[in-house]
Amino acid sequence: MLNLTPFHPRTAPLVRAQTWRRWAGHQVASAYDPHPDREYAAIRAAVALIDISPLHKYHIHGPDAVRLLDRMVTRDVTRCAIGQVLYTPWCDAAGKIIDDGTVARLDTDSFRLTSAEPTLRWLAMNAVGLDVTVEDVSRPIAALALQGPLARAVLAAASPGDWTALRYFRLLHTRVGDIPVTVSRTGYTGDLGYEIWVDAARAVPLWDALMAAGAPYGITPCGIWALDLARIEAGLIMLDVDYYSAHRAPIAAQMSSPFELGLGWAVSDAKGPFNGRQALRVERRRGPEWDFVGLRVQWESLEALYAEHELPPQLPIIPWRGSVPVYRDGHQVGYATSGGWSPLLKQYLALAHLRAPHGRPGMPVRFEVTVEHVRRQADAVVHPLPFFDPERKRA
Amino acid sequence: MKGRSYDVVVVGGGHNGLVAAAYLARAGRQVLVLERRPVLGGAAVTEEVFPGFRFSVFSYVVSLLRPEIIRELDLPRHGLQILPLESTITPLDNGDYLGAWADPDESRRELARHSPRDAEAIPVFGRLMQRMAMAVRPILGVVPPDPASLAPSDLRGLLRLGRHFRDLGAERVHALYKLMTMSSADYLDEWFEFDPLKATKSASGIIGTFLGPRSPGSAYVLLHHYMGEIDGAFRAWGFQKGGTGAISEAIARAARARGAEIRTGEGVERVLVRGGEAVGVALTSGEEIAARAVVSGLDPRRTFTQLVDPGQLPDELVEGVRRYKFRGSSGKVNLALDGLPDLTCLPGVGPHLRGAISISPSLEYLERAYDDAKYGAFSQRPYMDIVIPSMIDPQMAPPGKHVMSIFVQYAPYHLTGGWSDAQREAFGDAVVESVARYAPNLPSLIRHRQVLTPVDIERITGLSEGNIFQGELALHQLFFLRPVPRWARYRTPIRGYWQCGAGTHPGGGIMGASGRLAALEMLQAGER
Amino acid sequence: MTVAFDAIVIGGGPNGLVAAAALGRAGVRVALVERASQLGGQARVEAFAPGFSAPGDDGDSGWVPPTVVRGLGLGGLARHDPDPCVTVPIASGAWLTLWADPTRTAAAIARHAPADAARWPEFVRRVHRLAGFLARLYQGPPPDVDATGPGELGRLLRLGVALRRLGRDDMVALLRTLPMSVRELVEDAFEYEPLRAAVAAGGVRDLRQGPRSGGTGFVLLHYLVGAPAGAVRGRGRWRAGPDAFVAAVAAEAARRGVTIRSAVAARRILVRDDAVVGVMLADGTELAAPRVVSCVDPAHTLLDLLDPVWLDPEVLHAVRQIKFRGCTATVRYGMQRLPDAGADAEMLRGVVSCTPTLDGLERAADAAKYGAVAERPHVEITVPTLTWPALAPDGQHVAIARAQYAPYTLREGAWDHARREALGDAVTAVVDEALPGFSSRVVHREVLTPRDLADRYGLTEGARSHGELTLDQILFMRPISGWAHHALPVRGLYLGGAGAHPGPGIPGGAGWLAARRLLRDRRAGRYTLTTERS
Repeated sequence: MLNLTPFHPRTAPLVRAQTWRRWAGHQVASAYDPHPDREYAAIRAAVALIDISPLHKYHIHGPDAVRLLDRMVTRDVTRCAIGQVLYTPWCDAAGKIIDDGTVARLDTDSFRLTSAEPTLRWLAMNAVGLDVTVEDVSRPIAALALQGPLARAVLAAASPGDWTALRYFRLLHTRVGDIPVTVSRTGYTGDLGYEIWVDAARAVPLWDALMAAGAPYGITPCGIWALDLARIEAGLIMLDVDYYSAHRAPIAAQMSSPFELGLGWAVSDAKGPFNGRQALRVERRRGPEWDFVGLRVQWESLEALYAEHELPPQLPIIPWRGSVPVYRDGHQVGYATSGGWSPLLKQYLALAHLRAPHGRPGMPVRFEVTVEHVRRQADAVVHPLPFFDPERKRA
Repeated sequence: MKGRSYDVVVVGGGHNGLVAAAYLARAGRQVLVLERRPVLGGAAVTEEVFPGFRFSVFSYVVSLLRPEIIRELDLPRHGLQILPLESTITPLDNGDYLGAWADPDESRRELARHSPRDAEAIPVFGRLMQRMAMAVRPILGVVPPDPASLAPSDLRGLLRLGRHFRDLGAERVHALYKLMTMSSADYLDEWFEFDPLKATKSASGIIGTFLGPRSPGSAYVLLHHYMGEIDGAFRAWGFQKGGTGAISEAIARAARARGAEIRTGEGVERVLVRGGEAVGVALTSGEEIAARAVVSGLDPRRTFTQLVDPGQLPDELVEGVRRYKFRGSSGKVNLALDGLPDLTCLPGVGPHLRGAISISPSLEYLERAYDDAKYGAFSQRPYMDIVIPSMIDPQMAPPGKHVMSIFVQYAPYHLTGGWSDAQREAFGDAVVESVARYAPNLPSLIRHRQVLTPVDIERITGLSEGNIFQGELALHQLFFLRPVPRWARYRTPIRGYWQCGAGTHPGGGIMGASGRLAALEMLQAGER
Repeated sequence: MTVAFDAIVIGGGPNGLVAAAALGRAGVRVALVERASQLGGQARVEAFAPGFSAPGDDGDSGWVPPTVVRGLGLGGLARHDPDPCVTVPIASGAWLTLWADPTRTAAAIARHAPADAARWPEFVRRVHRLAGFLARLYQGPPPDVDATGPGELGRLLRLGVALRRLGRDDMVALLRTLPMSVRELVEDAFEYEPLRAAVAAGGVRDLRQGPRSGGTGFVLLHYLVGAPAGAVRGRGRWRAGPDAFVAAVAAEAARRGVTIRSAVAARRILVRDDAVVGVMLADGTELAAPRVVSCVDPAHTLLDLLDPVWLDPEVLHAVRQIKFRGCTATVRYGMQRLPDAGADAEMLRGVVSCTPTLDGLERAADAAKYGAVAERPHVEITVPTLTWPALAPDGQHVAIARAQYAPYTLREGAWDHARREALGDAVTAVVDEALPGFSSRVVHREVLTPRDLADRYGLTEGARSHGELTLDQILFMRPISGWAHHALPVRGLYLGGAGAHPGPGIPGGAGWLAARRLLRDRRAGRYTLTTERS
């Protein structure tokens, strides 16, 4: 039996085509409609409501809370202000990523960490000798993402206040009706958006309140397919899809460093000791072996391949996750790990690992597509990430 | 000598003997297998012990049957059919249970109920075990080189082995070394906190040995659980349809299909040796059969001190066999049931009854069970591995009835005062009572009961001291030390006389590797 | 206040003193810091009652590797060989004594088990040959699979040659014996139970395991490394006094300009940017140095003295998993006179091992598995005043009992006065059985539980061994995998205590190797962190 999220009583009746999937041991909707188009459109044109409760969440508090997180993640937690949220990866001693998530500073000695994989044991291993308490609050805390250009308006309707004051990657504690919530201006869509954290016992009333407040704005419950597409456009990586945890990958070749995932910016040079520091210093000096890049598959090329069979290009409307070879000059130089057709950009996008130096922006490569059961190569171009980065995200 | 003569006579129709026979026959040798009992399989037999109730009398699950044997002998065609044994339930003393299910998410959720940290550790632990299993696997498939020998083949083997370890790198070699030397309890302590989880995992480390979970050397067998997984042939554990005897039958069919002759009810009295060379066997019936080579699938004690005159053997070997530890430590209780047991922790009939039920509520429970045995008693509260094969293979019992197989440890072969009928029944009672603590309706379901002590196992199968592995799988009895240094390469000092039982490398379980390696070694040596 | 040195040694026991002296001889400016007011660590002589003193342990000299003797010019230290070695009671007023002379021992055994007597001399010879191979292993860094460079490979090759030179039988015996249980070892060799028990007891020294446990065969060999030919227990006693070795090395250290700070504990090893920069003492003084050799145990070194953020979580985890499991208590007796042993009185010059059966040893170990003290502990008693009369007032004696198994962590309750004295009474009762009339001669008694040993000597879990000598914690696994070559994961930090290879019972063995490693790194002007981890 899989876990159900606290929103299940509300989400379950909406899943019209019984399109469920697993996320971190939970049963969640792939899409509510049989087709994810409308849900995706809501993210980019109106506002989407996404159940992100399966995220793992930890409350970390005590005098050494900063030291614990700072030694664990690659960003400088000592410089994280109260009410600030950091997106960060964390690594093993060899500088390979274990997981990525957010660190939210709730108070001087109090933080919340989110992660894709369970992290309690790793936190405990890092907390040896430190005066800090780690609580797994994954189940007690439910979470919704409210994402899209109208997210702020919905939030303001649900919880009156000056929401423009809440800056990108900041959080505040407030109420929606009489429900205490924490709202962070974060998300996994690359759009204007918020994530709302609530006591699991109040999850259903929160859902109802947001749906009611959002009705005039076209709020749309949105499943994983649409979210996946949005995050590809936003160039955001996903564990077990775009990379494997250093704790789970059986061989070193399957592991990635932050530099190899385009997260070099998240590795602090100045901070004190943290896991992987020595290895990452060396890697920064030497440069990563792999680049993590966007690929735009060229429409003309795709069209030509299908035209040979008198077919229009077959496009992945539902984003795929897998491994697609990428070539240059007849040699494989990497592989794409997720991709899909962007209805917004009208382009076939993919996220790919390319061996340095093939990952330079503008680099022409060839992308494997299977056309009528035959493996072919379409032209593609390396594109810097993100593909889509609207003003409103930060404004 | 009269009658026809063979290239090879295989003494003992256990699964290793049958595997050896199949490989020799496949290479065109005229092979005769002689089995003393009316059924084939040795410890891997299915018998209708009570009318309508069929049991895998001794060995009851399959996990390590080498995939190359399955492939090379085409066993599925000859009847191999493994059914999944997907779950393990450990009833706890507080009325709860710990379950491990086929689906990783379900298992994780279940374990997280008891310890979120352990649930998180499981996949990381699994990754390490998988890597260790990958590191060990090649060793299971090689003839052990003798480190003290200067023969080119041994030196080559040693060099290859040395290179293998070098390539593994220090990190993995150290991890493997820990696994070889530590106790399962200590090893698991490094990973997990939930005691019943550690107890249930370490139980696999003590099966068939005279060790407790806190005894160094018991950690290694943890690997076996993962070995089945990497082979990809089937899941870690499974049932053979029709019981483990059907595996023996499948191998026998494969051997016959390649021309081997197999006779049951024909005990070998001794191996005929002339001029330091094996020339055939003498049967208990008095018949003599000539052969150019004889290979014994019996355990080392029988192979070297019963089938041949130990006086013809070097003292070093005889002394080594004398020191070789059998120390049978387990018993078996087979029950014919009128219905299904009702577990207090998981009442009713459910999927849990299709898996194993492990009576291993805590490390201390297992360790105390061992303490009893150390001083010559059977465990009052033994470790038990319980399966109900009729749940998966309904033909094992009459419709609506069931068979339950209870593997029990510890039951020392050397019981203080010796095993008697009364002791056997007292042991059976202790087992049923111990299960009844978790399934109170069990006693009322029992229609028939078969209790097998190590002495019974020895009497019926011929396995010395009732050790199901033909000798303990202890570090000092593995690889080039199994069974005896210098004679670990399937050869014996008598020309044409070979050994292929589980008492040779790698031994243990229904693996078949000893039989295969012995046959290949014989063929390579040019045994006709 | 900051004072600068080239290196700081933490801990003034035999290993710390050897490390300091070795570094001093190489011209390194060394400060040695010792928590107690007196040097010597577990080897220091202490008064435990008016007029009565005892060495910290049982007075055994241990094995000082020849490399250390030569390297520090300690050739003048003379030793009494152990003779007799060990005695077990076989009946009231009757004992079996094993002597250093195998013929004499064989004669003693022959009265009870002629077949065993015949096998004895060869058994002793073989055990010594095997221990001799360990002695080779113990005088250099532990061999490892990732040995690189001509030096290391050459050493490995020489070890391989030495192993083969043992000959087929011994080589196989060695490979068989190391993982074996000492019980199987003695059962293979002998039939006479008291003889088996007398030998086997040497295989469980300071372990939390009984003689059925695999690896106890190795422990037996380990504590026979360096024993004089024929001896099957103990390495002897320094002629000049129980602390002769400590005094000699301390004098050598002083001659080499080592600054010794006693009566002040190290509180923190100071680190900056992954490298050692000094040591802060309990009184707030900071000693600056780019290198520190810690000769206290690895858990204390890495978990208490070091800020944990400098270590990888995996390393922290590994250190926390080191099995210490102190389970040996020491009872010191002030004796008016010695117990009457009649014609056998000479046995008191060796170890009297009070458990004449293997099951007795095993049962003593059972309780410790469940966090309880053995009802009938295994006790070994020695009388140091027969060698060093000055430890007691004229004509009186000191007896020292080592008692197993008394776990550091009790499942029920905690060590307190009542439990300590109850343990003392249990030990005394066991000795009384072996040496009738013993207790009536006792005038003073001091009981040191593992908890007391922890407090007195700063030993994690009261483990005299600095980490149990189990197979997974020796050689390239000591103290933890990947860091067994005396350098620790912080640049400039070395481990030179018994928690490092070659382990306990080898005074100066680890300290010497740590100093050599430090000097090598210093000469190379680099720190080989990356090669350690590769």
